[in-house]
Amino acid sequence: MTMTDSADTPLPPRDLRQLLADADVSAVLDQLDRELVGLAPVKRRIREIAAFLLVTKARQQLGLDADPPSLHMCFTGNPGTGKTTVAMRMAKILHRLGYVRKGHVVAVTRDDLVGQYIGHTAPKTKEVLKKAMGGVLFIDEAYYLYRPENERDYGQESIEILLQVMESQRDDLVVILAGYADRMQTFFSSNPGMASRIAHNIDFPDYQPDELLQIADLMLEQQHYALSDDARVTLQEYIARRLEQPHFANARSIRNAIDRARLRHASRLVDRAHAGDALTADDFRQINAADLRASRVFQQPPEPSA
Amino acid sequence: MMINPAGRVTQGQFSFLPDLTDDEITLQIQYGLDRGYAWSVEYTDDPHPRNTYWEMYGNPMFDIADAAGVLGEVRNCRKTFPQHYIRLMAFDNTRGIESIVMSFIVNRPTSEPGFNIQRQEIAGRQMRYTTRGYAADKPEGTRYE
Repeated sequence: MTMTDSADTPLPPRDLRQLLADADVSAVLDQLDRELVGLAPVKRRIREIAAFLLVTKARQQLGLDADPPSLHMCFTGNPGTGKTTVAMRMAKILHRLGYVRKGHVVAVTRDDLVGQYIGHTAPKTKEVLKKAMGGVLFIDEAYYLYRPENERDYGQESIEILLQVMESQRDDLVVILAGYADRMQTFFSSNPGMASRIAHNIDFPDYQPDELLQIADLMLEQQHYALSDDARVTLQEYIARRLEQPHFANARSIRNAIDRARLRHASRLVDRAHAGDALTADDFRQINAADLRASRVFQQPPEPSA
Repeated sequence: MMINPAGRVTQGQFSFLPDLTDDEITLQIQYGLDRGYAWSVEYTDDPHPRNTYWEMYGNPMFDIADAAGVLGEVRNCRKTFPQHYIRLMAFDNTRGIESIVMSFIVNRPTSEPGFNIQRQEIAGRQMRYTTRGYAADKPEGTRYE
């Protein structure tokens, strides 16, 4: 047998540009820029992480880094700020860079990890981990795993199994935790083991009213609807009013508002058809101010402060 | 004549080859997963050729994307039953097939004494044959220790 392996001669340094082209990450990053409105700090952090991973890969090829970097992340932010969407993109980036083999996302909550009775939690958590291998495990509202008020809660068992896999199978699986910032903080302070294994924290800011309007435009465009000019003004007013009300869930609230407007739009068209009106293609596409104006949000008087 | 020259049980795929390494097993698992098979792990200490149904180690694994999940289960099973036969089986749930399409041994006891064949002569010089594992005398769980 001849020795063909040349372990002691260092590999020639590779061009970083070549590596960048091979991984084709910039396409995903550009898509992220294009399809996600706002979120400037998030996009900046993701570019930083992508650059770091690319350089780490180049360093590994030069033999400077031996251990794979820890990639587990924590996304904090209010509901509807795009955490799940960004997690999907993150999985794609990690896949392109070769840090996960498959690049699929398994999204779970406490219910999927924690069992109902003694001995139920470990198999359940392991089942989920098995499915997430080679991809990204996205744990939404991760702080529910830990319930300090009940010391016999099975969540702790789940956390321990997660921690073990996060440490020992780093190249098989990336875990992303998500949730409200303040509650994640409490979760991490009572689970220091978890905090120390999270390499990247990304905070998702709330959207500004003009960003929400852009999001609405994007959503309508994807569904082949259009806003009439007065509907656009009404939507702006709607957003301003909705922001004042409780349980505002950013992009998700906008999506719901659009879905309800589509319902009213449809019933308006059906009524007109019954009345014998001839409908044009534009009628089917255009959402009017009246479709939005009928919302519950407009029935309450505006806040006197404004 | 020596029936079992290598001192090895030969059942399923690859059983005349040297034992597969974990990397080779990973490739086989990934091949199956890419075709949509569901893998399952089974173990036994009674590898009689007619013993079709081995003990299941956990449930069959559906909806898995990457081989690492299945291999992890194989490793756990090896840790629990180091001196048992362990096999991996792939189930194809395509309508009309709905059966095991791959099966191979991934763990063996260190020594495999093999099988004894007993011949019984009955009326009219007819022969009856019985196959019996040498290790099968001992109670379950202590056969290959």
